[in-house]
Amino acid sequence: MSNLPTELKYAKSHEWVRNEGDGTVTVGITEHAQELLGDLVFVELPDVGDSLEAGGECAVVESVKAASDVYSPLSGEVTEVNVELADAPETINQDAFGDGWMFKLKATNISELDKLLDADAYAEVMQSEEH
Amino acid sequence: MMLLIQEQSKQGRRAVAQAPLQKAEITDIPEQFRRRRSANLPEVSEMQVVRHYTRLSQRNFSIDTQFYPLGSCTMKYNPRGANEMAMLAGFLARHPEAPESHSQGFMACLHDLQEMLKELTGMQAVSLSPAAGAQGEFAGVAMIRAYHDERGDTGRNEILVPDAAHGTNPASAVMCGYKTREIPTGADGDVDVEALKAVVGPQTAGIMLTNPSTLGVFDRGILEIARLVHDAGGLLYYDGANLNAILGKVRPGDMGFDVIHMNLHKTFSTPHGGGGPGSGPVGVSERLVPYLPVPMVTRDGDEYHWLTETECPRSIGRLSAFAGNAGVLLRAYAYARMLGREGMSRVAEYSTLNANYMFKMLQEAGFEAAFPERRATHEFIITLRKQAKERGVNTMDFAKRLLDYGFHAPTTYFPLLVPECLLIEPTETEDKGTLDAFIQAMRTIQDEVNTDGELVKGAPHTLPVKRLDDVRAARELDLAWNVSAED
Amino acid sequence: MPFIPHTDQEVREMLEAIGVDGIEDLFEEIPADLRCVELKSIPPAMSELEASQLMAGRARQDGQPACFLGGGAYDHHIPAAVWQITTRGEFYSAYTPYQAEASQGTLQLLYEFQSMMTALMGMDVSNASLYDGASALAEALLMAVRANRKSKSRRILVPRSLHPSYRKVAGNILKNQGIELVELPFDPEGGHTDIGALEPYDGEDIAALVIPQPNYFGVLEDVDALTGWGRRNKAMTVAVVNPLAMSILSPPGEWGGEGVDICCGEGQPLGAPLSSGGPYFGFLCCRQGIVRQMPGRIIGRTLDQDGNRGFTLTLQAREQHIRRSKATSNICTNQGLMVTAATIHMALLGAEGLERTAAACHANTSDLVARLSSLTGVSPRFSRPVFHERLMSLPVAADDVLRALAAHNILGGLDISGDYPELGRAILICATEKRTVGEIESFVEKLARVIELQGGVPCQLQPKES
Repeated sequence: MSNLPTELKYAKSHEWVRNEGDGTVTVGITEHAQELLGDLVFVELPDVGDSLEAGGECAVVESVKAASDVYSPLSGEVTEVNVELADAPETINQDAFGDGWMFKLKATNISELDKLLDADAYAEVMQSEEH
Repeated sequence: MMLLIQEQSKQGRRAVAQAPLQKAEITDIPEQFRRRRSANLPEVSEMQVVRHYTRLSQRNFSIDTQFYPLGSCTMKYNPRGANEMAMLAGFLARHPEAPESHSQGFMACLHDLQEMLKELTGMQAVSLSPAAGAQGEFAGVAMIRAYHDERGDTGRNEILVPDAAHGTNPASAVMCGYKTREIPTGADGDVDVEALKAVVGPQTAGIMLTNPSTLGVFDRGILEIARLVHDAGGLLYYDGANLNAILGKVRPGDMGFDVIHMNLHKTFSTPHGGGGPGSGPVGVSERLVPYLPVPMVTRDGDEYHWLTETECPRSIGRLSAFAGNAGVLLRAYAYARMLGREGMSRVAEYSTLNANYMFKMLQEAGFEAAFPERRATHEFIITLRKQAKERGVNTMDFAKRLLDYGFHAPTTYFPLLVPECLLIEPTETEDKGTLDAFIQAMRTIQDEVNTDGELVKGAPHTLPVKRLDDVRAARELDLAWNVSAED
Repeated sequence: MPFIPHTDQEVREMLEAIGVDGIEDLFEEIPADLRCVELKSIPPAMSELEASQLMAGRARQDGQPACFLGGGAYDHHIPAAVWQITTRGEFYSAYTPYQAEASQGTLQLLYEFQSMMTALMGMDVSNASLYDGASALAEALLMAVRANRKSKSRRILVPRSLHPSYRKVAGNILKNQGIELVELPFDPEGGHTDIGALEPYDGEDIAALVIPQPNYFGVLEDVDALTGWGRRNKAMTVAVVNPLAMSILSPPGEWGGEGVDICCGEGQPLGAPLSSGGPYFGFLCCRQGIVRQMPGRIIGRTLDQDGNRGFTLTLQAREQHIRRSKATSNICTNQGLMVTAATIHMALLGAEGLERTAAACHANTSDLVARLSSLTGVSPRFSRPVFHERLMSLPVAADDVLRALAAHNILGGLDISGDYPELGRAILICATEKRTVGEIESFVEKLARVIELQGGVPCQLQPKES
């Protein structure tokens, strides 16, 4: 819990975003989210070229007993998806903040990042869910 | 491990006495339409088949062999008589398109059943055609939609669904083109009426309710809920999954419901068959009568006639090619005749007695009730959150250990809002001795949790297979036997 | 008390344990003014004997006429072992195999069923069944729309030669989701869907194309050409087939070279009695690539803790009990018992037995068609090849003919004029392997007499001039 990467931004719905500094961002789900879901068995990703809206459903992560929608933290166009996840969804379980990334976006408005949570604020969200 | 029937096949074995002895030559179907290679189906003898499937059957738990207290599924005894009567040669041989002149006996059964279900539910009319509960739900919501649409009231785009509802409810609403909105449950297990008030309005097409709810309690606020939804112009849908609890005691029509589906494979004791067939007749209040799905049977003097799209032009139409699961309807009808008027309310009485007895005894044994202040209906919930937290033994472990003691597990992890829950429904056909044995098994497992948690976590130990790897099944999909993939 | 085992003594003990005086007290939470009074119109209880006498009388009342009806339900022989095993309590009275370890019988059987269906259809994947053929088509079309990510149109092409009830059911189930079913005309001479009928849609955005085989008239469609059209136009191809026919006809997995995307149909010919239209079962198969869009239960093979083979429900995250409003379908039950029968049926018959049965039905129908064609004014309506069912033109109104035949205890085919007024006086006939030469002769003879009486055409049993 304490080792949330501080360089990332977070959404309440448990996605993380990394600003790549070139107008694009990388998106995944948090360590906490993968723990809640358990062993992932399938990941459904958007298509490259899809245009996403901030807060819109854009992907699905499935475990044996649950399926969760993933919401795009920012608006933008999908430039790349993590094709490795098709055969190895467990990568998200193993490395949610690294190799388990899901897709990259060319952000429509990079300032939308400011509306997201920093690591401390997201830690509080996790805390409040405990109760 | 048992071989697959495919693995017992030997090429060239011809033990087929069940098909025509010769193969007629086909000369008038051109080659382009013909199959080039025979399908790779098993080549086995009749004895091999009989032995294989008899032995497979012995690897099942069933009502006929075990207590099966699966909550919200009403696993009661399926009378053999009802099966035999439905499988009379005359019924089995009747073609679905047979003319009315050769259908009067069958149609009389359906008509009688329609009438009995009307009376039992307090609705104005019944259609027997939906093939299962979920199809009944679809029919019900489609009728709600047809009603609003025909009145030009097209702004209603939302169906309200309590958070304790069966998953089929929101799924059915979506299939009819509606959005769903969840209504929370109050701490006492009843629908949170204040929350309902906040969201019901001109966009509300209807609400889907199960009462008694899946929480094993009768919603005492039902009349208030009905008033609120009706005042807003919405209709009330009754999910009949738990009708067994109130049969002959309260009628959904009297509670104010506009449409209801019944699960005949639950309340009317038709077999669950390893997952079906079910049957999901729908009943409606006056204003929805024109929209009922076809076909239905009507009576004119001594003659029975079909009602189809022609006679019912405003109907939502037919939902299966013919008349739904007719053979299931015949079983339900036979069962209903054997119960009779006096037997109907006994179903509710003794299923409720059994549930409350178990509810009490399990609490005395130290199990935590989800709603201890409430009277159980025909089912109730206990939660094992304490065991999970303190001992790391979860509900699934408990359920699997029950299998070792010869009991089918209750429903686990449903409803979703009670953590680590077991939903227990004993039904009226179980005797006290069986209930006591189950309660004793629960006590024993609780002791095991305290002394040897690993034993419980490793369960089952006595079944044909150990705990199965669900994750592997989903990640490495193997959905069909393929000869080339073997070895 | 029928089916309730409690003794008075036990009831007293249980009430005492609960701490109430009587059973009625257990209903105290139900508002008093809701409690219902007597159920006047429910008749009093019957013993098993009385009920069975009532039911036997009614079953007898409907007689057992010689059945030449098809139209989606076929009167086949069912081996004795099929229902003797299927009605074993362990299959009959079990429920959905949620507790896999206690349901290996049902689960392995369903896996075997899935394997048999994929083999018969030439497809990658099969589910564990849906309600019936018509509702399976509706589910297949919803699946096609979900799976066809390239299409935005929600338009589906449906041949008019497809079973009319299937078209109705699909329309009824799909209409609230903004999906449009566009009818394709059939060729008035051949009775099939000519590829030319698709020309207006070349290059259009079409979500799916339905391809029946055989079609409602028994006529064989140009499945390869139709499948090819679907692929070229990026429409999902959805086959609707008779599973018995697939033992001798090219299976959907091979149509047009690469096969269709989805195939479905009515499983009744595989071991389900006619039984007034149900319970039957719908089957649904697809390509591996779109399995996650498939509705209904699916069984997978896996390993247990000790590494032994076992079977379990899989891909459950698609289903309503987990996905709720986002599920692939609202379906919960399947038709498990009917699938049990079908699996045993297919195991007993094997490919050879199914082929012999299909051939025998086809031969019987051909024989019937030849004999009927010898009657003046009676002839096959369509020219194209058929499988085991045929539309015959009559010189007199079909409903009169059928009523008269029924009076002789012969169900002489289906009057299709309600659904196809453009086809005039015609009946759809089928003689399965169960129809005897005697029955066929009697049908022809009675039909000749009925035509003579009703149409004033002289009885003509001699061969026509050729």
